[in-house]
Amino acid sequence: MTRRLKDVEIGFPIVYGAISFWLGKKASEYNSHKWTVYVRSATNEDLSVIVKSAVFQLHPSFNNPTRVVESAPFELSESGWGEFEIAITLFFHSDVCDKQLNLYHQLKLYPEDDNGPQSTKRPVVVETYDEIVLSEPTEAFFLRVQNHPAAIVPRLPAGLNLSPPGPVEHVNEKKRGDTKDHPLSPWFMNFSEADELLKLAAARQQVQAHIAKLRRQLSMIDGLPQQSKASSGQ
Amino acid sequence: MDAKDILGLPKNSFPAAQEKKPRPPKDSQRKPDGVSREVYALTGGMAPLMPSIEVSHLKKRPNSEKEKITWQWLSFTSSARTDNLQLYHWVRVVNGVPPTGDYSFAKYNKSVDILRYTDEEYEKHLIDPMWTKEETDQLFDLCERFDLRFIVIADRFPSSRSVEELKSRYYSVNRALLIARAPSPSDVSGHPLVKEPYNMVHEIERKRALSAVLSQTKQQERRDAEILAEAKRIMESRMASKSAEDAEMPVNPTGNETEKATAPAESVSPSTNIHPSSSTAAPATATTESASTPASLRMLRVYLRTHVLDQMVQAASSTAGLRTIKRVDQTLQDLGVHVKPKVPTKAVCAEHLELRKEILTLLNLQKQLQNKEAEASANRDSSYAEAPSTPKRSYRADVDRPFVPDSVGFGGERAAKRDHKRKAPGRFIDAPPSPPQSKRPRKLKASD
Repeated sequence: MTRRLKDVEIGFPIVYGAISFWLGKKASEYNSHKWTVYVRSATNEDLSVIVKSAVFQLHPSFNNPTRVVESAPFELSESGWGEFEIAITLFFHSDVCDKQLNLYHQLKLYPEDDNGPQSTKRPVVVETYDEIVLSEPTEAFFLRVQNHPAAIVPRLPAGLNLSPPGPVEHVNEKKRGDTKDHPLSPWFMNFSEADELLKLAAARQQVQAHIAKLRRQLSMIDGLPQQSKASSGQ
Repeated sequence: MDAKDILGLPKNSFPAAQEKKPRPPKDSQRKPDGVSREVYALTGGMAPLMPSIEVSHLKKRPNSEKEKITWQWLSFTSSARTDNLQLYHWVRVVNGVPPTGDYSFAKYNKSVDILRYTDEEYEKHLIDPMWTKEETDQLFDLCERFDLRFIVIADRFPSSRSVEELKSRYYSVNRALLIARAPSPSDVSGHPLVKEPYNMVHEIERKRALSAVLSQTKQQERRDAEILAEAKRIMESRMASKSAEDAEMPVNPTGNETEKATAPAESVSPSTNIHPSSSTAAPATATTESASTPASLRMLRVYLRTHVLDQMVQAASSTAGLRTIKRVDQTLQDLGVHVKPKVPTKAVCAEHLELRKEILTLLNLQKQLQNKEAEASANRDSSYAEAPSTPKRSYRADVDRPFVPDSVGFGGERAAKRDHKRKAPGRFIDAPPSPPQSKRPRKLKASD
C-alpha cells in the first residue's frame, strides 16, 4: 500500500487570497480595516482531506505574528491598517507528503480607484487560483482521495492494479471544513478555465496562421520546396 | 632683438654648437652658464622643465689612461672552415697583446647529424622499388650538405623528385634504420619517427588544401562565410526546437481525464531517479533550467501548478535572449492572453506553454525572413546603387508587433507592403562589397 504510482499526479485546485472590509465609522488610525486571509478549495470543498494545518505569517507588528490554523476552513481574520505580504505555509497529512508548501499573498486593503468614498459594504477582494499537484502518490493515498470532490484524479493507466478500496473514510463531521456556505462566499471569485482556454486556442490559431504565412514567404525567397519543420505542437 | 642683430649688424659670428663653450653674455636674462644664448632662446627664454644634463653626472670615459688600445689589421682563421683560408680583419689590441681564441662566429656553424647506412644495412632493410641505391646515396649526401633543407635538396637533386617524395624516402630510411639498429623494438617505440611515420599522401593533400585556402578569392571567402553562418543558424534553431521538445516531455499535455501510461521523458528518466526511500535531499526550491527540472520538481512530490509552468517556460526559452523573451510576452499581451494564466489548470498551462513555443517559432521565422530580405536587398542595391536603409527600417517596425490590436486584420496591409518589396527578384551579383554582407548576420545575432 505504500507503493508509489509512477507517472500519476493528483491535482487539488485551490484559491488563496484575502477579503478586506473598511470599518467605516468604527475605523481608527490603527484599525481601519478588517480582513480575512484564507486558502480554500477552488470548488469550495474541504481541503482538510490533504491539508493538516496552515500557518499564516503576518507582519511582525502583529502580536504573535505566526498564526497556526489546524482545521478547515484554513483562514485567519484580523484587523489593521497596513498592507504587507503574508506567507502561508501548508502542512500536509503524513500520507500525503512530508514537505510543506509555501504561498505568498500581498494583502490589499484599499481599492484600486481611490476616487469614490470607501464603503463598508463592498470589500476589496484579491484571490489567486493555483493547483496543488501531488506527484507519484502512494497507493494508499490514492485510494483515500480518489473519490473526493476536492481532488482532480486521473484515470489510472491500464494495467495498474490497485488493491480493492477499503471502506469509505468518514470525514470529520464535527465541523464543516468546506466553504460552500462560508459567510464570505458571496465575494468569492469565479475561476473558469473555459474562458482562458478559448482565448488561448484563438491566440494559437492566429499564431499558427502567421507562421504558415511566413513559411510560404521564406520558401518563395529560397526557391526551395516548402519544408515542414518538426517543431512541437504542430 | 636677436633677429635684428643677425640681419643688421652681426656682431658675433655664428654661434658654435658646443654647449660647453662659454660665451660673453648678451642677454641679461640668460640664466645658467654654459648654455649659449640662441639655444636658450629656443625654450622661450626660460629654464627648461626637464633637468638638463649635468656634466658631472655623466660617466667619465672608462679606461681613459690605464690601458693602451690600438687597432691592428691582422689575419685570422676559423674553425668553421675546412680549408685553412686566412682572412684579415681589424683587431682590438690591448697593450700590445692580440686576443686569442677562435673566431667568434665559429660557434654558430651548426649542422644536422644525418644517419648514414652501410651497404649491408642497405641490402637488409632499405631496399625500395621506387629508389635505386645510387639515388638514395645522392639524397643523403645532399641532405648532409644542405642540412635537410629539402627545398634546396629537391632543386639540386639530379632526377626530378618532388619534395614530398624526397622527404618520404629520407624519413622511411631513417625509420627503418632506427628500428633495425635498436636493441629492442620497445626502446625506440617512443621515437617520434617511429610513432608517426611520414605520410606522403597526406602531406601532399595538406599542402594542396593550404594553398587553396590561401589563394581563395574574396568572393569565395564570402560565400564560405555565408554558408557557415547559415549552417549555424539551422543548427541553432534545431537545437532550440529539440530542447523545447525535451522540456515538454515529462508534462502530459492531454486533458484531465486521461493520462497516457507511457509518459515519455527518456531524456530524463525520472523513474530511475526517484525511489520511495529517498524522499529527503531535494531542496524546496529547484532553480535549474535544464530539461531535468520537472524531475527535480517531482522529487518534491508536492508543488504548485504555476511553479511547474514557470520552470517549463524558462526551459523552453532558455536558448532565447532576454529581448526575445520580452517580445514573446509582448506578443502574448497583444493577443489578449495573460502573460501568467489567471486560471492555471493543467489544460490551461499546457496550452499556454504550447502558445509560447509557437510564438518563439514565429519570432525565429520572422528573424529568418528579415535576414533573407536584408541579403536580397543588399544584393539588389549593389547593382542598382541605392541605399537600403529606409525600406528595411519600416519593415522591421511592423514585424516586431504583428498582432497589434488596432491593426486591421493583421494580414492585409502588411502583405501588400511585402509584395511590393518583392517585385524585383534578388539577383546575386558576383562581387558585392564584402563588409556589409558578412557583418549583417553577426549584427543580428548580437542583438539577441
